[in-house]
Amino acid sequence: MRALETILSEKGYIDPAALDAMIQAYETKIGPHNGALVVAKAWTDPAFKEALLADGSAAVGTLGHVSRTGDHLVVVENTPERHNMVVCTLCSCYPWEMLGLPPVWYKAAPYRSRAVKDPRGVLADFGFTLPKDTEIRVWDSTAETRFLVLPMRPAGTEGWSEERLAELVTRDSMIGTGLVLTPGAPS
Amino acid sequence: MNGVHDMGGMDGFGTVEPEPNEPMFHAEWEARVLAMVRAMGATGAFNIDASRFYREMLPPEVYLSSSYYKKWLLGLEDMLIERGFIAADEIKAGHASAPPKPLKRGNFTVDSVERVLTRGSFTRPASAPAAFKIGDRVRMKNIHPTTHTRLPRYVRGHVGVIERLHGAHVYPDTAAHDQGENPQWLYTVVFDGAELWGPDGDPTLKVSVEAFEPYLDPA
Repeated sequence: MRALETILSEKGYIDPAALDAMIQAYETKIGPHNGALVVAKAWTDPAFKEALLADGSAAVGTLGHVSRTGDHLVVVENTPERHNMVVCTLCSCYPWEMLGLPPVWYKAAPYRSRAVKDPRGVLADFGFTLPKDTEIRVWDSTAETRFLVLPMRPAGTEGWSEERLAELVTRDSMIGTGLVLTPGAPS
Repeated sequence: MNGVHDMGGMDGFGTVEPEPNEPMFHAEWEARVLAMVRAMGATGAFNIDASRFYREMLPPEVYLSSSYYKKWLLGLEDMLIERGFIAADEIKAGHASAPPKPLKRGNFTVDSVERVLTRGSFTRPASAPAAFKIGDRVRMKNIHPTTHTRLPRYVRGHVGVIERLHGAHVYPDTAAHDQGENPQWLYTVVFDGAELWGPDGDPTLKVSVEAFEPYLDPA
């Protein structure tokens, strides 16, 4: 790896300082806090939620404080009748701008192989049981479209601000492999 | 290609093991590899589809036993060597010994960083009207190209329903091989679990893939 960076730098293809700057941006600017703000806004603003479900990229683009998402964000809503879960069976496609870089498990064989065939078994690995009648919808990210799950707003959060709500929104709840935090429970 | 990367529906890989408080990178070199791949992509040395194909071409035992960023590194080295940007003996020596090859979009500098942080658009003008509309039943083609494709094995031959239409997008099957962007209509096609996994599958399951029009036949 060092050999490769040395060669690319000696040939002038890349400036190592530019790599430093890129890594620093990834470490500070992107992450699930971006997605959490979008979810919290959708929970509190019905017009925004409608726009978000109709065209995820356009709706997120109206929020100046969230990093830009490219053109192909699709937001899918969990309901009592339907749970959504996102996978990339072929590689590791993931909404970086909304959730940061994907965790190792998302990119690894156990998740990629089983999510489309036995999603309830996968959820059990996360300690999560879905009611047996709930439809489970798995989105395989096989193109450049990127999927973000809009989890259900937890009860007991009436009147909460967007900032406070955002703290309940976990990364895994936006992939569909986890739940949002319960108000008042230790995180 | 029918490689081990095409994992949907395979058994035997064990349980999913989430890591509590996982760091963004597990070692500094992982960050350097990520940044090199993004940077060299931004110079025009390759596109995202080619970079995926080079990872898919890693020998199966290497693909399955290497960490994620190790695969990125190996794929990047193979691709840059094959495309003449570096030489295998330079990797061995740890230093450049031949002059650089010109890059389509120029060298990657600090000024280029902002550009890679924003995702590009893959939408392109369509050359013909879409052949399918929302609600149409389609059968995924039973094709087995040895080149790059985004049609996973587990849906081939199966019947689903068009649920969304995303416009025309860059077609990975040609773009990966420098055969042009060749834009194709992109759809979300949804399948019943039983259609994919038989009567013993989860009856509450529906699975969708993002499918380019050349993957589809009317059903």
